[in-house]
Amino acid sequence: MVEKKIVVQLAHGLHARPAANFVKVATSFSSEIKIIKNEKNVNGKSIMGIMAAAIAKGEEITLITDGVDEQEAMAALEKALTEQE
Amino acid sequence: MSQKITGVKASAGIAIGKAFLLTTPDLQINTVAIEDPANEIQRFQEALARAKNDLEGIVLRVEREMGTEHADIFKAHLLVLEDPELVDTVKDKISNEKTNAESALNDVAQAYIGLFEQMDNEYMRERAADIRDVTKRVLSYLLGVPFAGLGELTEEVILVADDLTPSDTAQLDRRYVKGFITDIGGRTSHSAIMARSLEIPAVVGTQGITRAVQPSTLIILDGHEGIAIIDPSEEEIAFYKRKQADYEAQKAELAKLVNNKTVTLDNHHVELAANIGSPEDVAGAIANGAEGVGLFRTEFLYMGRNDFPTEEEQYLAYKHVLEHMGDRPVVIRTLDIGGDKHLSYLALPEEMNPFLGHRAIRLCLDNQELFRTQLRALLRASVHGNLKIMFPMIATLEEFRQAKAILEEEKKSLVNRGIVVSDQYEVGIMIEIPAAALMADQFAREVDFFSIGTNDLIQYTMAADRMNEKVAYLYQPYHPAVLRLLYNVIKAGHAQNKWVGMCGEMAGDPIAIPILLGMGLDEYSMSAGSILPARQQLSRLSVEDAAKQIDTILQMSTSAQVEAFVKEWLEKV
Repeated sequence: MVEKKIVVQLAHGLHARPAANFVKVATSFSSEIKIIKNEKNVNGKSIMGIMAAAIAKGEEITLITDGVDEQEAMAALEKALTEQE
Repeated sequence: MSQKITGVKASAGIAIGKAFLLTTPDLQINTVAIEDPANEIQRFQEALARAKNDLEGIVLRVEREMGTEHADIFKAHLLVLEDPELVDTVKDKISNEKTNAESALNDVAQAYIGLFEQMDNEYMRERAADIRDVTKRVLSYLLGVPFAGLGELTEEVILVADDLTPSDTAQLDRRYVKGFITDIGGRTSHSAIMARSLEIPAVVGTQGITRAVQPSTLIILDGHEGIAIIDPSEEEIAFYKRKQADYEAQKAELAKLVNNKTVTLDNHHVELAANIGSPEDVAGAIANGAEGVGLFRTEFLYMGRNDFPTEEEQYLAYKHVLEHMGDRPVVIRTLDIGGDKHLSYLALPEEMNPFLGHRAIRLCLDNQELFRTQLRALLRASVHGNLKIMFPMIATLEEFRQAKAILEEEKKSLVNRGIVVSDQYEVGIMIEIPAAALMADQFAREVDFFSIGTNDLIQYTMAADRMNEKVAYLYQPYHPAVLRLLYNVIKAGHAQNKWVGMCGEMAGDPIAIPILLGMGLDEYSMSAGSILPARQQLSRLSVEDAAKQIDTILQMSTSAQVEAFVKEWLEKV
């Protein structure tokens, strides 16, 4: 399991397309992906879960990846949270 | 006996065909206790798979026919279908509560819909509509009710609906949908705008077409008159077939003018440009033979979102338009917000008279960060084409000087940072306030061009709110008071060798065009669809002849007199 605190840098937070993009990246890995925001647990492969969590720019979240490709998943998802498409 | 229904003219053209009623299927959900959860989960998964199959087909078709950005909404629907949270919650509910799949799915979806609808964010509220759309699709498979989606059409029809959602219009298949008629909507509603951009005839706001029509009833739709004829007679069908053929022939005639310059009978060139509201509109402008973009309204970049667009986003939008127009001129108007246009993320106080209030350049000069970001994006884009920057709502010279000084400051700082900025772009103003129109001689010394915004200039000159139906009679484009102001602006511009354009509705109006030509207007900017008819009209007029009429027209006392005079004049040419 890999765990990392990440400050979301996307201009509009994890709304709109970035959320869809995040889910697309997340589902390309077999690892389990979790986002923790304010102690709430969100499935990183669920577009609705992520949008419902309404994660804004500048917010700190904890990203957890767990599985055979957890390292690669962490690197790709961190990029999805911090770099504009 | 045929029946005639009137509505709002939304998009020109004539269509004759069978009605296709787009109705919401009756999805009555009953909660039923079930014995075999495994079997129920199986049913749920089959329905999901069929809905997914539908959507994948729609995505491919929409991408092919309308472009990738229109397919995004259906890709979002697919993500919802594949959402593990949603799917697992439904399955758990079926297993744990031994309830049927319909009820389990409906409950889970409603919980999400409720959550998204409460959010203080337009984007998220729209996602509630997506979930509702997707849920309906799956539910209709579970219930065995046919989902009367537009994706399933196989013959030519006229679509009849209460209203068309963006999701409906995005899947309109032009091969089959020959026109549409709706109960609600106006000329500027989403469905009407889409109809014009797809160039299919449409009548909206009929207040009852769905009740008057049965599936497969024969309908004639006349988008020119804004009428629908239900169960037409043989004579009516013959009449409208001729009208349709005439219209098609005229359209073909106009299409020949697409690549021509606009030249008058006496060989004088004027420029016909398009008004656009988003970068995607450029394609339509070019397809309609625009010689430039006379007004690019930048508000759309700021609307329907949660925060200001970044400099980079704006730069890309401006670059797109400039590059696609090549060396043809592109007039980009800086942000015109306030009045009736609001942004959810920019708190503006309620005003007693918003049209006379804190808007456009006034607001930009007070919110300089906002203004400077846009100017930097424009300056950076200036190297990609023939850019003309236009400030809206200028009343005084001081405002123009201040705006221009800010632009110069931003230019200097970009250049200091090593960023290339063109030396060729022009800076002008929109003339829409009578004070500026009267002082045009003073402005002409300092600006590179004028573009007259007649929609506002008329309402300010006549002191008549154009949204208020009770004073709509005062909105008189041909009133001599308005015409005298226009002439003053054009003469003042020309005295300083500055070009003068017009970017209001009036620029494409066949009654106004001969007058404007006689006054010497250089550029006419209008909705793309008006360009070819205007080009044809101008080819039959002569500047010399038109100029001779101006003194007579300006001495007239009423708008009606001017209109009658021009109509009579046009009959002779």
